[in-house]
Amino acid sequence: MTVATAPDLAATLAAHRAAGRKLLVPYVTGGMDDQWLVTVEALAGAGADAIEIGLPFSDPMIDGPTVQAASLAALERGTTPAGVLADLGRISPGVPLVVMTYYNLVVRTGHRRMAASMAESGVTGAIVPDLPLEEVGPWAEAADSAGVATVLLVAPSTPDGRIAPIVERCRGFVYTVGRMGVTGEQRQLAGTALDVAARVKARTSLPVCVGIGISDADQARRVCEVADGVVVGSALVRRLLEGGGVEAAVDFIGGIRRALDRG
Amino acid sequence: MTAGEGAASGVIMGDPGDRGRFGEFGGRFVPESLVPACMELEAAFRAAWADPAFRDELTSTLASYGGRPTPVTECPRLSAELGVRVLLKREDLAHTGSHKINNVVGQALLARRMGKTRLVAETGAGQHGVATATAAARYGMACVVYMGEVDTARQELNVFRMELLGAEVRPVTSGSRTLKDAVNEALRDWVATVEDTHYCLGSVMGPHPYPWIVRELQRVVGDEARQQCRAILGGADPDVVVACVGGGSNAAGTFAGFADATSSALVGVEAAGGAAMAKGIPGVLHGMRSNLMQDEAGQILEAESISAGLDYPGIGPEHAHLAAIGRARYETATDAEVLEAFQLLSRTEGIIPALESAHALAWVARAARSGDELVRSGSTVLVTLSGRGDKDVAQVRELLA
Repeated sequence: MTVATAPDLAATLAAHRAAGRKLLVPYVTGGMDDQWLVTVEALAGAGADAIEIGLPFSDPMIDGPTVQAASLAALERGTTPAGVLADLGRISPGVPLVVMTYYNLVVRTGHRRMAASMAESGVTGAIVPDLPLEEVGPWAEAADSAGVATVLLVAPSTPDGRIAPIVERCRGFVYTVGRMGVTGEQRQLAGTALDVAARVKARTSLPVCVGIGISDADQARRVCEVADGVVVGSALVRRLLEGGGVEAAVDFIGGIRRALDRG
Repeated sequence: MTAGEGAASGVIMGDPGDRGRFGEFGGRFVPESLVPACMELEAAFRAAWADPAFRDELTSTLASYGGRPTPVTECPRLSAELGVRVLLKREDLAHTGSHKINNVVGQALLARRMGKTRLVAETGAGQHGVATATAAARYGMACVVYMGEVDTARQELNVFRMELLGAEVRPVTSGSRTLKDAVNEALRDWVATVEDTHYCLGSVMGPHPYPWIVRELQRVVGDEARQQCRAILGGADPDVVVACVGGGSNAAGTFAGFADATSSALVGVEAAGGAAMAKGIPGVLHGMRSNLMQDEAGQILEAESISAGLDYPGIGPEHAHLAAIGRARYETATDAEVLEAFQLLSRTEGIIPALESAHALAWVARAARSGDELVRSGSTVLVTLSGRGDKDVAQVRELLA
């Protein structure tokens, strides 16, 4: 168990930002292949500030084709939420782990039990994308008690007046949705990404990380002219699905790290 | 109005409040990107529903274009065979051949009022897709219908109907390639297009305000039927009111006319292979908390039924609530019973029912023959015939061969 030494999401991201570093959060679907745990550990070495692990779900509503394919592959390998968390408990990547899970997996497991399992596995943050502010209460309380930060989403469609109550309930970082749509790679950085990042930055002291549609080093660098960091999912998962393995993952994320450090 | 007021005022099928709660069920479990759109839709519907001009236009359109009111038909030969008095609420006679037209005309008028120019919809059997394509044609709106690949194969003619009506049908190849996956794809489309697009959801499911909007738009079925039954029955109400349930829109609309106004027993009939009430466990899918067929980890199971329209692993949240408070009872019918009921109504009354509607008839037949407490000899049973069976004839011919 890594619980005693697991780096805390909120503290780590705040410290890295204070040190002038842009935040890089790669996403991997838990259980998507037999190398996924090795990949997670390698990503820490490639310059990730935290790593997001998706629990595969049968109906990933906010995910595009790439992450859907990874979820399906994981489920076909017999992956379960409990199995992914147990696996995470066996590694010590040295960076905070954030779990992304659809809410039904939490409901089925039970709020307290899921929060406790995460904490026992060294997970210090959780993203539950289908739990908006109005519905997040019971989960967020259980997560708070277990020492797991509940990361909330702000979207381009979120009115200014709604941002303040969201960031007040949010912990760790604000997951700022870069574009209206599902997860997936985009040739061009959506204009909405910079706009929504600026609107959130103006209303919170939490780190602001933009995800959904961030596809390469150049887009990451440009978003970070406004935001504190990026979440990179589909572009990484595609490389893994194509069989690129740990090496391709490290190359890709390492390249984004260098671009962010150059500024 | 806030959540719980409906319950406090003693209304069973009332306003679910701004959090969209039916007891412990319902809610709005969607990504933040869609929350503002759901709020905008709720506000627009509240305003429209309180606006006599909107209600007048809806009522007159459903009359002159939709064929309302639909009749209630006595079934003397079926009644003689079963030993109970069976009345049918004839939604099969509505335009497009099912109750779905009630919902889509209302939502299309609402979408137009909101300035939306494009409709997206999910469909299982194709009835809701055809109805949405119809409303889109009527009001000059663009229309995209998501339909599971399994369903496009078994309902080819409905795919052609939708295309004839000017809609684009997009086969869904993800997941189980049936209705639940079509809902996922429609939601994914809506996240990206919400500015000009209205998601015309087809049943009493999904995030608030959909379960409430669709029930209110289908309430016309139950309100008409209650009055028609009273005229036929000398002021009395039926002993039992029965409707089939997938998501549960024709049942919700029917029950809404009886839950508060009468003491009639209410029975919803699910497909045995998609029985969210019989086999389901509370959970969250497609924006709502309701009963869902799921495994022990929380993965959603695939529903399997003869009827594409009932192939849904969940049920509308208000049905879960009506069951929890004991106001309605939920039963199942097997594919074999459904095939028998399909032929029974055709043979005895000259009415070919949709396979979905045949589930309701199948339960009535079983209950009458087995002496179920609700269906004693001489009872009066109202069955909502949600749609006509033309679309299913080819499939039934193969199944009976």
